[in-house]
Amino acid sequence: MATLLAPEIPCPGFSFENCQRNAFLAQKGFPAPKATKTGTTIVGIIYADGVILGADTRATENTIVSDKNCEKIHYLAGNMYCCGAGTAADTEMTTQTVASQLELQRLHTGRTVPVETAATLLKRMLFRYQGHIGAALVLGGVDRTGPHIYCIYPHGSVDKLPYATMGSGSLAAMAVFESRWKPNMNEEEGKKLVRDAIAAGIFNDLGSGSNVDICVIRNTGPAQYLRTYEEANVKGKKQGSYRYRIGTTAVLKQRVIPLQVESVSVHHVQAMDVDPSTSR
Amino acid sequence: MAASIINSYSDPSSTEWMNAPHSTGTSIMACEFNGGVVIGADSRTTTGVYIANRVTDKLTKITDNIYCCRSGSAADTQAIADIVTYHLNFHKMELGEEPLVQTAASIFRELCYNYRDSLMAGILVAGWDKRLGGQIYSIPIGGMVSRQAVSIGGSGSSYVYGYVDANFKPNMSKEDAVKFVTNTLTLAMLRDGSSGGVVRLGVITEAGVERSVILGDQLPKFYEG
Repeated sequence: MATLLAPEIPCPGFSFENCQRNAFLAQKGFPAPKATKTGTTIVGIIYADGVILGADTRATENTIVSDKNCEKIHYLAGNMYCCGAGTAADTEMTTQTVASQLELQRLHTGRTVPVETAATLLKRMLFRYQGHIGAALVLGGVDRTGPHIYCIYPHGSVDKLPYATMGSGSLAAMAVFESRWKPNMNEEEGKKLVRDAIAAGIFNDLGSGSNVDICVIRNTGPAQYLRTYEEANVKGKKQGSYRYRIGTTAVLKQRVIPLQVESVSVHHVQAMDVDPSTSR
Repeated sequence: MAASIINSYSDPSSTEWMNAPHSTGTSIMACEFNGGVVIGADSRTTTGVYIANRVTDKLTKITDNIYCCRSGSAADTQAIADIVTYHLNFHKMELGEEPLVQTAASIFRELCYNYRDSLMAGILVAGWDKRLGGQIYSIPIGGMVSRQAVSIGGSGSSYVYGYVDANFKPNMSKEDAVKFVTNTLTLAMLRDGSSGGVVRLGVITEAGVERSVILGDQLPKFYEG
């Protein structure tokens, strides 16, 4: 029994009392909340003079669309960008961390950083966290050895491919690439293919939607970020108005009732504290 | 809870194949011949039921004369191969000559054994060195190491142990060894669902490495009834 003189000392260390309760709640159908995961379509291809990256712009929290126009193509360096799928916070933080390391590397060496360096930094970071950082990435860029596309998975494995897709819409997008990608496409063909792949994700995958973002990185010159390259779901215009015209209902008679406003104001008056003994 | 499930896909976070660890359900092989070793692998990488990469290269270079065939988790085996490559490059600079295949196998074993509880990696280390010529070291999941004249690995290997035992001969010619590896991998790929795609080959001799690819439609034909 705790008293003021002998207080009850709380147990040292971690308290696990809620674990049993949480397990019980989960078993009863009330699982613990999960982090925001972006059901996504992201893609990247190599074309004649560089790489093209593409992404949809829907962010979801389970079945709710939490952002209808979010940015999924992240900046890494002047010559490379990175599309992110998976846990939104994780893709944002990993790309920012790596972008900072790449900039320091560029200033240190005075050269354009190779794309493989970014791929290695990302894969080492993700492998170190054993898949707990839920970032699935499509990395694209150009360097002195040419254009490169890398697929980086949350557990830290890397694939180097000429065309890649990721996210919940990756199957729909890959179907488009598998049927239509060919080596040495021109920029116009490439952009059309990437648009169609993302559109396939937007229209056939519930986790993807809204607009198409595209980023073109050419061997020559700076990257061209085309934010909202296309609005895939343009809202239709209403063809007619459902408002009734004035005069639709006939006015049979008119009567004006003047409002009589009665106002009552109450003032609270505090009784004065009067000491009778001091009065003369 | 039950009412909320109209189809399992209505919950975008239920894409199990996206979060499942990336695994190389694999067929890999290495075989000694009279002038070196032949290594080979299929090219399929799977995430659950989805083929994440159909043209994977599972034959990874460690040094000019040492390669490894990777099976198990893609992330784990890539990380191990990167670390061993680093160690052997450093060792080569100190040594001033090409490292031994045994040394490579020993570093692989050290990592695979020490981290056996957190890794899923089955690796074949193959190469050529001045001391013992062509050699193959098999490092299965627990981190054991054993030298073998011929070795197979990955999920597809279970289907072709009999074929290998029946057809392997010591001191084959290069052509016979290449044919033997191609046939074995083709048979494994046909029976194993997690293996497939193309056959990637490497012939390691004193001269270095010759890499080649056999496309899906150029593979040898076997009974398909």
